[in-house]
Amino acid sequence: MADVKKIATRESYGNALKEYAEEYPNLVVLDADLAAATKTAIFKKAYPDRHIDCGIAECDMMGIAAGLATTGKIPFVSSFAMFAAGRAFEQVRNSIAYPHLNVKIGATHAGISVGEDGATHQCCEDLALMRTIPGMIVMNPSDDVEAKAAVKAALDHDGPVYIRFGRLAVPVINDRPDYKFEMGKGVVLREGKDVTIIATGLEVGESLEAAEKLAADGIFAKVINIHTIKPLDEDLVVAAAKETGKVVTVEEHSVIGGLGSAVCDCLSAKAPTKVMKIGVNDTFGESGPAVELIKKYGLDADSIYAKVKAFVAE
Amino acid sequence: MDTLALKKTANEIRKGIVTAVHSAKSGHPGGSLSAADILTYLYFEEMNVDPKDPKKADRDRFVLSKGHIAPALYATLAEKGYFPKEDLKTLRHVGSYLQGHPDMKHIPGVDMSSGSLGQGISAAVGMALSAKLDNADYRTYTLLGDGEIQEGQVWEAAMFAGARKLDNLVVIVDNNGLQIDGDIADVCSPYPIAEKFKAFNFNVMEIDAHDFDQIADAFKKARATKGMPTAIIAKSIKGKGVSFMENQASWHGSAPNDEQYAQAMADLDKIGESLK
Repeated sequence: MADVKKIATRESYGNALKEYAEEYPNLVVLDADLAAATKTAIFKKAYPDRHIDCGIAECDMMGIAAGLATTGKIPFVSSFAMFAAGRAFEQVRNSIAYPHLNVKIGATHAGISVGEDGATHQCCEDLALMRTIPGMIVMNPSDDVEAKAAVKAALDHDGPVYIRFGRLAVPVINDRPDYKFEMGKGVVLREGKDVTIIATGLEVGESLEAAEKLAADGIFAKVINIHTIKPLDEDLVVAAAKETGKVVTVEEHSVIGGLGSAVCDCLSAKAPTKVMKIGVNDTFGESGPAVELIKKYGLDADSIYAKVKAFVAE
Repeated sequence: MDTLALKKTANEIRKGIVTAVHSAKSGHPGGSLSAADILTYLYFEEMNVDPKDPKKADRDRFVLSKGHIAPALYATLAEKGYFPKEDLKTLRHVGSYLQGHPDMKHIPGVDMSSGSLGQGISAAVGMALSAKLDNADYRTYTLLGDGEIQEGQVWEAAMFAGARKLDNLVVIVDNNGLQIDGDIADVCSPYPIAEKFKAFNFNVMEIDAHDFDQIADAFKKARATKGMPTAIIAKSIKGKGVSFMENQASWHGSAPNDEQYAQAMADLDKIGESLK
């Protein structure tokens, strides 16, 4: 995929904020001294009066966003996933979600693909944390096209939304004329009869590549992109499980509490199916170049290919 | 409203507080009673609010950052006419809209849900900031406990408010000196309080929380202050008005039994008589 256009979804996020600023005059952007990294600086450059730097104080930033939302603003609050979902969890729960305020959380630098900064900054727990909050929408777009669409969907939704963005440039896979984004709806990207691979975020691209390799071996994997972890597209998940039997989930997140858990929660109740969860295996990450870490932690296309092949053969 | 009328109103609010907490068989009477005069002044004199139109866009905002004194806020809102005073007896009952801590989704007149200490002030800062962004005239008030300011988020919010020169924001600290575990100076002293807010670029005043002349003077000075937010450190008596609750940390979070309730109401009736 060397010749494919690549862009980090955090960059798409910054671009989308700027793009939608005119259409949504109540949109304001908050950051906690990371505007250059979260890419809200793109918005800040164009709309300095609507960009509020709260300093290194994420908990306060969530509360300020809540207060702004009570007056009709649509705040997009940005920080690294570790701090947005982790440090400020309780502020998100109590000051934003409990009153169901119209605050959008744009969390960048999620997962181990943060790279060199290492374990303290590699949040592999955010999807789990955000999923547990009543009324919270949780999205994890897979590429540039989807990241922009997720921002637009969040702007059109009345209530709290968490969107996960990545630091690493990822291939654009949704650049096609018939692309349509619907919050809460999964997307079948490839048909197959032997197994279903359900992936989210940057693992969608890796999973498509893995499916290609599997096909060369005569194993046909259905590939589903789940950009909305909550609410989960249960109908699509159940139908796929019934169609192919075995299901594999792939995410750059802990195997505890994220997409894999959401899929298992659904299938155990509605269509008991054998599921293999591919993700970060209840461990902290480490420093290193993102691409190397993704390989080391078994989240690259080759690793997915090998694991799925063995799982199908079981 | 003149001072006598304010005192009478505050006394009615105090009756509402003990009635609500007695009926709930739980809740926080001590800090509710200490803040009753400040809340009375805010809702009956200071703030531009209309109980018939609780969400009007240009209203002044109030955030009860020390959310556990919800009975005081509810008694004040009921006295002001946002909802029937009889409903105070449903506090903390299953199915009642009067939740243990303020719930903006279901209670008329509540501008922000609160209760997890240290968070309300941030929301108030957000409201004040929004007014600045929109060049709107409304003002924002928030009431904090003196124990609450042990939360670090309070100082994150104070730093932001000072840095942004939010002169449309008034932070009131109900300085009754007691928290659940005892004297605030013994638990983990937040003193000196005034100097801390001064260091965060606030206009700071220290007043007697039960003296309406001082309260009025402080809010007037806050209104006239430009270029910086105001902090009013209001020295109060926990449990004010109920003889056996005054200055007792044990009444931070417990409800009176029937006998104690009768005594409390008798104390407040006596105060009411003296105001005639």
